[in-house]
Amino acid sequence: MNFFTHLGKYLLMLKGMFSKPENAKLYWKEFMHQCADIGVGSLGIVSIISLFMGAVSTVQTAYQLVSPLISKSTIAQIVRDTVILEFAPTLVCIVLAGVIGSKIASELGNMRVSEQIDALEIMGINTKTYLVMPKIAAALVTIPLMVILAMVLGIYGGRFAGSAAGILSTDTFDKGLMESFMPFNVTFALIKAYTFAFFISSIPAYFGYYVTGGSLEIGRSSTKSVVVTCIVILLSDYILAAALL
Amino acid sequence: MIEFKDLRKSFGDKVVLDGVSHVMETGKTNLIIGTSGSGKTVLQKCLVGLFEPDEGEIIYDGVNFTDMVEDERKLLRQQIGMLFQGSALFDSMTVEDNIKFPLDMFTNDNNTTKMKRVNEVLERVNLKDANKKFPAEISGGMKKRVGIARAIVLNPKYLFCDEPNSGLDPKTSMVIDKLIKELTVEFNITTVINTHDMNSVMEIGDNILYMVDGKKEWTGNSQEIIFSDNQQLNEFIFASEFLQDAKHMRMIEAKEGKKG
Ligand SMILES: Nc1ncnc2c1ncn2[C@@H]1O[C@H](COP(=O)(O)OP(=O)(O)O)[C@@H](O)[C@H]1O
Ligand SMILES: [Mg+2]
Repeated sequence: MNFFTHLGKYLLMLKGMFSKPENAKLYWKEFMHQCADIGVGSLGIVSIISLFMGAVSTVQTAYQLVSPLISKSTIAQIVRDTVILEFAPTLVCIVLAGVIGSKIASELGNMRVSEQIDALEIMGINTKTYLVMPKIAAALVTIPLMVILAMVLGIYGGRFAGSAAGILSTDTFDKGLMESFMPFNVTFALIKAYTFAFFISSIPAYFGYYVTGGSLEIGRSSTKSVVVTCIVILLSDYILAAALL
Repeated sequence: MIEFKDLRKSFGDKVVLDGVSHVMETGKTNLIIGTSGSGKTVLQKCLVGLFEPDEGEIIYDGVNFTDMVEDERKLLRQQIGMLFQGSALFDSMTVEDNIKFPLDMFTNDNNTTKMKRVNEVLERVNLKDANKKFPAEISGGMKKRVGIARAIVLNPKYLFCDEPNSGLDPKTSMVIDKLIKELTVEFNITTVINTHDMNSVMEIGDNILYMVDGKKEWTGNSQEIIFSDNQQLNEFIFASEFLQDAKHMRMIEAKEGKKG
């Protein structure tokens, strides 16, 4: 199948998602379940990455800024902006594409191969609505929250590393954080987070939902879905930056 | 009653169903038999709409299924139960929740009523003490029973079973076959069963459709199959010498029965 066949099928899947739930209560339950799975399940990895990427960017920025003319608080500014603009949304979402994407693709792939999706269809349930929609909705709710968390932890990690390595005191860091802050950067990061969240859930869902063959195919399409999601994230990252900054 | 006319289905160049017509009768176990790869699963999936046939008509008790739009099909499907070849239980749910799921989705009953019904069908399929187990923790035969329980929990008018006794030992196979037969008669269900199991054919073959190369090769019941002189059918059903002997015994018995 070529790119356009996949794209068409993907769009049709998204369109097919919008139908009236057979039973609102069960759909809500599935949504909450997915929030826990996608959100709570990834909190640990997101926290660890964020702390370290903040710490590393402080140390490396300090290493690159050797001129005595530039005040130390500039380091905090730079760390703040890189974390908010790029690290928290993009880096975290790339990692989440691996963590969440492979989970979604293999869960749906397994359900397809073992005929569980057919079993739901036979009961008279729209499986695109019941299985795919709650995953995308949960991703749209939880991933932006995790990106915000990553911003906070990233900056905190940078602040901690700065004082621990004796680069700049926490007071200087806090002063730098307040200097020339642009609230739009946060808005921009959230636009990115929502866009990526949609891709992280819908692309692997597509690959999992339409798996054909045996269990070997589940692994294969799960890997493929992560690769495709990462490429789409990086591409849209560039497009958004070019369009909005 | 499910009637289908001139069903055709191909995957690429491969013709799987090449114009099959037949009537599946109500209150009877209707068997589709044939070698592996002869298109039994594809036929069954076409009948329930999991595959779209290329040509042909499917009629459920006078209502044309082929012409239905998706929403109408969804309604009809609430009257269909299906037992899949691999049971297709939801592996994230316990046995109990698997069976309760259709009730949760399609009824407004309270939990007590639903649990009562769950235990009723579990008892009906002779499965006890497995309520809280997960599908991965139970045997193949038990999975089939759970699959049957889930398929009948909403009192379906139509029951489809894809090789209900594949992978089971002969004794368990018989039990499952009997169970399906009893349910069919008890609730007057139109039951369609795919099988290549010789025992099933003889025990529960009310109405048999034998398929070869995507076409109807022979049709009849388990009595008629003994007397059939269709060579392909005989080679398929009575494949071993032992079974051929059994066939001759049955023929003799039947003849003597007629005389006496
Ligand atoms: N989704 C599919 N895509 C392509 N070919 C298929 C598909 N499903 C079944 N077939 C082919 O149709 C033929 C009949 O398969 P099936 O109905 O599963 O046989 P069986 O009688 O053993 O149930 C096989 O040759 C199989 O390769
Ligand atoms: Mg089959």
